[in-house]
Amino acid sequence: MREILNFIRKEFQQIRRDRKMIGLNFFAPIFQLIILGYAATLDVRDIPTIIYDMDDTKASRDFVKKFTECGYFSLSGYAGSYGDVDRAIDSRDAAIAVIIPYDFSNDLISGRQAQLQVIADGSETNSATIGLNYASMIVQQYSRDIVVKEFESVKGKGAKPAVVNPEVRVWFNPELKSRNFMVPGVLALLLMVLTMILTSLAIVKENEAGTMEQLIVTPIRPYQIIIGKLAPFFLIGFVDVILVLTIAVFWFDIPLKGSAPLLFVLCLVFQMTTLGAGLFVSTVSKTQQQAMLTAVFFVILPMMFLSGFVFPIENMPKIIQVFTYIIPLRYFFIIIRGVFLKGVGIRELWLESTTLLLFGAAILTLSILRFRRRISS
Amino acid sequence: MPGWASSFGAGLPAEPYMLRRIYTIIKKEFRQVGRDKRTLGILIVVPAFMIVMFGYALNFDVKHTSIALYDEEKSDESRAFMREFLHSEYFDFKHVLRDKGEIDGLLGNEQCRIVVVIPKDFSHHLKSGEVSPIQLIVDGANSNAATTAIGYVMAITEEYSTKIVLETLRHSGRGDMSMPIDYRPRVWYNPELRSAKFLVPGLIAFILMVTAVISTSLSVVRESEKNTIEQIIVSRARPIEFIIGKTVPFMAISFVATIIILVVSYILFDVAIKGSLLLLFSITLIFLAGCLGLGLLISTVAETQQVAFLLAVILTMLPTFLLSGFVFPIRNMPVVIQVITYFIPARYFLVVLRSIILKGVGIQAFYSDVVFLLVFAVVVLVVSAVRMKRRSW
Repeated sequence: MREILNFIRKEFQQIRRDRKMIGLNFFAPIFQLIILGYAATLDVRDIPTIIYDMDDTKASRDFVKKFTECGYFSLSGYAGSYGDVDRAIDSRDAAIAVIIPYDFSNDLISGRQAQLQVIADGSETNSATIGLNYASMIVQQYSRDIVVKEFESVKGKGAKPAVVNPEVRVWFNPELKSRNFMVPGVLALLLMVLTMILTSLAIVKENEAGTMEQLIVTPIRPYQIIIGKLAPFFLIGFVDVILVLTIAVFWFDIPLKGSAPLLFVLCLVFQMTTLGAGLFVSTVSKTQQQAMLTAVFFVILPMMFLSGFVFPIENMPKIIQVFTYIIPLRYFFIIIRGVFLKGVGIRELWLESTTLLLFGAAILTLSILRFRRRISS
Repeated sequence: MPGWASSFGAGLPAEPYMLRRIYTIIKKEFRQVGRDKRTLGILIVVPAFMIVMFGYALNFDVKHTSIALYDEEKSDESRAFMREFLHSEYFDFKHVLRDKGEIDGLLGNEQCRIVVVIPKDFSHHLKSGEVSPIQLIVDGANSNAATTAIGYVMAITEEYSTKIVLETLRHSGRGDMSMPIDYRPRVWYNPELRSAKFLVPGLIAFILMVTAVISTSLSVVRESEKNTIEQIIVSRARPIEFIIGKTVPFMAISFVATIIILVVSYILFDVAIKGSLLLLFSITLIFLAGCLGLGLLISTVAETQQVAFLLAVILTMLPTFLLSGFVFPIRNMPVVIQVITYFIPARYFLVVLRSIILKGVGIQAFYSDVVFLLVFAVVVLVVSAVRMKRRSW
């Protein structure tokens, strides 16, 4: 016991000397969460739109107004020809083009179907999908208004047409703020990245520097070395958790509906899995460069993309969906979004929590085994 | 800064030996990378592997939203209305509820995103020409998916309403009345709106950026940690020669990786390059030079490999993912953040990639982005050469 305490003390001293690293580890999460938290939004507003109104009558101008006044589209200019439309979309001045043909209002008045063309720049798929969605909503509403007016003129004033009116209730995030969904996500990504970096070089560094031999001749056991290595990083991670949670709640005003202590504890559990994954990388790498590449490409990137952070898991092919089950971040996302936005407790989250715990235990055991084999050879 | 005057390489005869010295460093770097098979493998093969994996995995098409229906009325009208949802490819019909209490559980653990409730007097309201309310309960936690799904539901109900009114009009003698507007959406460059086409260029930029920065960010600091940098200083290479010698091998490696990525995305994702290949390759080299330079700069600033690693990840990974326009459209960000994105080189490269690959347009559509990339490459390479000078003496 004495040895391990001494060893931990030594590790702490060693890390304290590395001021730059400690500083980066406390400043990076603050700045990054603030900047990236604002950046990560999928709200689509003000899509730059070019209008080519060949008809140019009162009816067509009224129709255009529906587009420009709804808040989703912002007028980037009027086109005088199809060539203008081409150029605007090619140069990214416009992402949507609305084209109203010559006989638009004539057709409307005479009860014929009026043509309307909307062109979207598909190279920005998400904005295009949402933009077309809004456009079709505007068109449907406009159509309905016309039909209803016609109905009144046929049936006489006061006659009411039957329409279905959906009354939308949004749970958990009533204002549909993208930020409420994204900030907890960015927070989890940051924790994952920082803790991985801390431990992934921990052991390979000593190997490279040749100081591992000195450790091995001391009576410290392999698992004690692992614990000693983890302790200071766990503390750094602990502070990082406090920092990012504080920023999320007090800077971004993300509603924390569930229990704060529960969230905090589960953050630490999650941290164990990433610290452990880092250590594991460190025990299977020969040089720090290798460790870095392995950590980035085989752990961090898959975690970033396959955890459901922005890309919904249910849209992935089945094989990849199966693969996502071994990504701890996947469970942590359900936990963090559940506690933050839905206010659920351990009763709903016990499965995810125990899975994380098992992951942490498994990866740490694996690292100790690898490490033992390595120093015995 | 008086220190530099005596910095290494000063006062050497420049031309004839310069190329030879650079060549020596390049040869040494290649040999070193070649010895470390895992590193070489990761740098060349893994980028292509990532494209395959993520190219398939990533998309945010909001199709197959799971939906549950609670029909309190169970009349012909309500069933007809429900059918409108079943026919839509956007919704996957998951549950028919028997009890309103089930809604909590379904939304709480994400078994479905939307519940449509049709109230008891639905058809009664419809027949008497009143507004028929239906209820839509939505899990808003994922706001993007929720917004899109709400849009689809609204469109379906609006269309349904219009159809009913038209039906009534037809009975009262206006049989010629049709849907007033024939709405024809068209999508350019990516007609099926497949996310893969949008995301693959983004992935290319992201993966190249990360690989390039990471491959060089340890290079200088590693040698100075191991004290081998002294050898190079003794060999009297100038900093600029040293930087070039360090950059060229990794540029070659990343370039090979780029070609593999492009071939793979053509074969698997139909992402064909519509524009000029030559232009694409030249700009890729400029971008790579900038990224490798950034890696070298990190390497000259950091004292230990750990700090270099941390800096490399902090500066490239999340910012490139979140601030480059790869996933999150830049124009939706707050203005301050938009300003910050101008410092992210991947932002410019992404515009170039999408323009050349998807749109097939020429350099006049994006020359300013190329200029930015050039400036970035020159600045980081020069600054890291200066830092090298200062560091070594």
